[in-house]
Amino acid sequence: MKFIDEFRDPRLAGKLAEKIRKISLRRVNLMEVCGTHTVAVFRHGLKDMLPPGIGLLSGPGCPVCVTSQRDIDSMIKLAGEKRVIIATFGDMMKVPGTFSSLEKEKALGRDIRVVYSPSESLAMARDNPGKKVIFLGIGFETTSPLIASCVLDAERMDFKNYFILSSHKLVPPAMRALMEKGESKIDGFLCPGHVSVTIGSDAYDFISEKYRIPCVVAGFEPLDVLQGIYMLLRQVNRSENRVEIQYTRAVSRKGNEHLRKLMDEVFEKTDVEWRGLGVIKNSGLRLKRKFLRFDARSNFDMKTPGSRENKKCSCGEILKGAKKPFECKLFAKTCKPENPFGPCMVSTEGACATYYKYRA
Amino acid sequence: MKQRDEKILLAHGSGGRLSHLLVKDIVKKFANPFLEKLDDSAVLDFKKGSKFAFTTDGYVVDPPFFPGGDIGSLAVFGTVNDLAMVGAKPRCLAASAVLEEGFPAGDFERIILSMKKAAARTGVVIVTGDTKVVDKGKVDRIFITTSGIGIVEKGINISSSNVRPGDRIIRSGAIGEHGIAVLTAREKFGIKTGVRSDCAPLNWLVARMTGVSTNIHALRDPTRGGLATTLCEIAEKSSVGMEIEESAIPVKKEVRVLCEMLGFDPLYIANEGKLVAFVPEKDAASVLRAMRGVREGASSRIIGAVVAEHRRTVLLKTKIGGNRVIDMLSGEQLPRIC
Repeated sequence: MKFIDEFRDPRLAGKLAEKIRKISLRRVNLMEVCGTHTVAVFRHGLKDMLPPGIGLLSGPGCPVCVTSQRDIDSMIKLAGEKRVIIATFGDMMKVPGTFSSLEKEKALGRDIRVVYSPSESLAMARDNPGKKVIFLGIGFETTSPLIASCVLDAERMDFKNYFILSSHKLVPPAMRALMEKGESKIDGFLCPGHVSVTIGSDAYDFISEKYRIPCVVAGFEPLDVLQGIYMLLRQVNRSENRVEIQYTRAVSRKGNEHLRKLMDEVFEKTDVEWRGLGVIKNSGLRLKRKFLRFDARSNFDMKTPGSRENKKCSCGEILKGAKKPFECKLFAKTCKPENPFGPCMVSTEGACATYYKYRA
Repeated sequence: MKQRDEKILLAHGSGGRLSHLLVKDIVKKFANPFLEKLDDSAVLDFKKGSKFAFTTDGYVVDPPFFPGGDIGSLAVFGTVNDLAMVGAKPRCLAASAVLEEGFPAGDFERIILSMKKAAARTGVVIVTGDTKVVDKGKVDRIFITTSGIGIVEKGINISSSNVRPGDRIIRSGAIGEHGIAVLTAREKFGIKTGVRSDCAPLNWLVARMTGVSTNIHALRDPTRGGLATTLCEIAEKSSVGMEIEESAIPVKKEVRVLCEMLGFDPLYIANEGKLVAFVPEKDAASVLRAMRGVREGASSRIIGAVVAEHRRTVLLKTKIGGNRVIDMLSGEQLPRIC
């Protein structure tokens, strides 16, 4: 398969792993910001190929995992509204709210439908004029342009029954918050590939300039990840702190202007709460005033009294790279994919779910 | 005791961990040696010498017609395969259909004819049956249940608890076609692919295998939960470790493309016409040769071996040369695929 098989070549992978071993001189902590990188590392068994001196920390780049408890509870509450269809990505279904989950609400007969693409939710609104369709908008700069185009379509077609619950978040502000909190020792960032298609690698310049930490934007195939790690190590060894692109087949320095324009047309930045990280300034997206009639927050009662995170859940520390999943008291004991305490154990890209699945 | 507000979730039907827990819970209540084996069929020893295999399975596939098959052929092949997985020669089936008011009579006839054809292909006779119709909306179109009886010949003892270290693990073909074919057949999916379900009977393949070796330890057809879940279940039941080579497991190109796009791991996607066999090393070559001589097993391969180390854990050597643990499916990946 083109662009996949080439990047899973065992001979080249072996060579790269050897090169990494040669230049791994001391203990180095690298953070893979994006959950997809965490999954790639485990799914392809890359950990096994890396020298023991390389520590990989999972970062805050799993959109489900960073959704605040209040937002999760609001989503569950919306599902209970009359004549409402909730459209959501499958990963949200099992995420535990304070009292219930979408999966459990569905079993009670609520109309909750899993979609693969946000455009399916538009079709639902068209086909169910007597119902209100609410799309649960989670995701980073990868998904928000798609949602933006759905909102524009809804406006063009003058839909009166289409709503977005925007829980969209932005990656660079979260990285800045991590640096400011200073709780995790990070020697290099493996920056997300797909987010960077939109925002471009220049978006990470502040990390290298202000915090003097090297960044490499990497793709998600095994060779991409290995090469990304190699490039980071090379910078660490030379005491450099540049932003490099490994994923050159998809990412440029400037990113994709068209996608950013779509986002800017529909959304504006706002302070939002991240699970485990607290409120981060200008780190989220809300609908602009012009589009408020599509905004679930403005059109439904979103109050969720009693919303609270499970105190024992270490999601926050794990998202900051301060703890590994197995250092959480609940991990694999009471908190399992069948009985998750936090979204990290649910999402396919969640650090806890990945560590559990691959028994790391 | 269940908590009062606990509900059955779709994931309880996934074939993964929750299904496993649900079934364990049920089996505990009945506590008899047949159920406790957790094999695809119960093997009943009525009088000395001859043994019968007995099984039942419900089919709720959505949509009822999909590329490569339909709920009718699936209901026949699925139950025949459950019998074959304990080494039985399938003889007769019972079939029961629950229909939704308003279901097109022509479609029902197509399904019945498809069952007839499938029965003829497997050599079983459908000897008894039942139909029920319920109000519109009380079932989704059509659900079918089939039960089957087969004969287990002398000297054959195949069970998921019989696997031993040293066994070779043989797989009869590519993984994931059925799950992907059904998924992409759903109306809302909107992507047309050339993937057809591999829905097929395995009894002739198994007959050929048991013909060359009476030492086959275990057989399974990985349906819900896929190859990964099946291997984990057997590792657990037989208390053994397994080592599998990713590069030896064939995945058709279209299936791989779809899986990459949707973020599925093909190791967890269902088949309906493939099996995995656990055979002692000394018989592995002859069984493999026999399998390759049958259409349903033409691309059979050894994909790994059973080991005495890391008991109850399945290790996969990845294509690019790493190692990873394979776990049971957790949650529900694709509901209602069979």
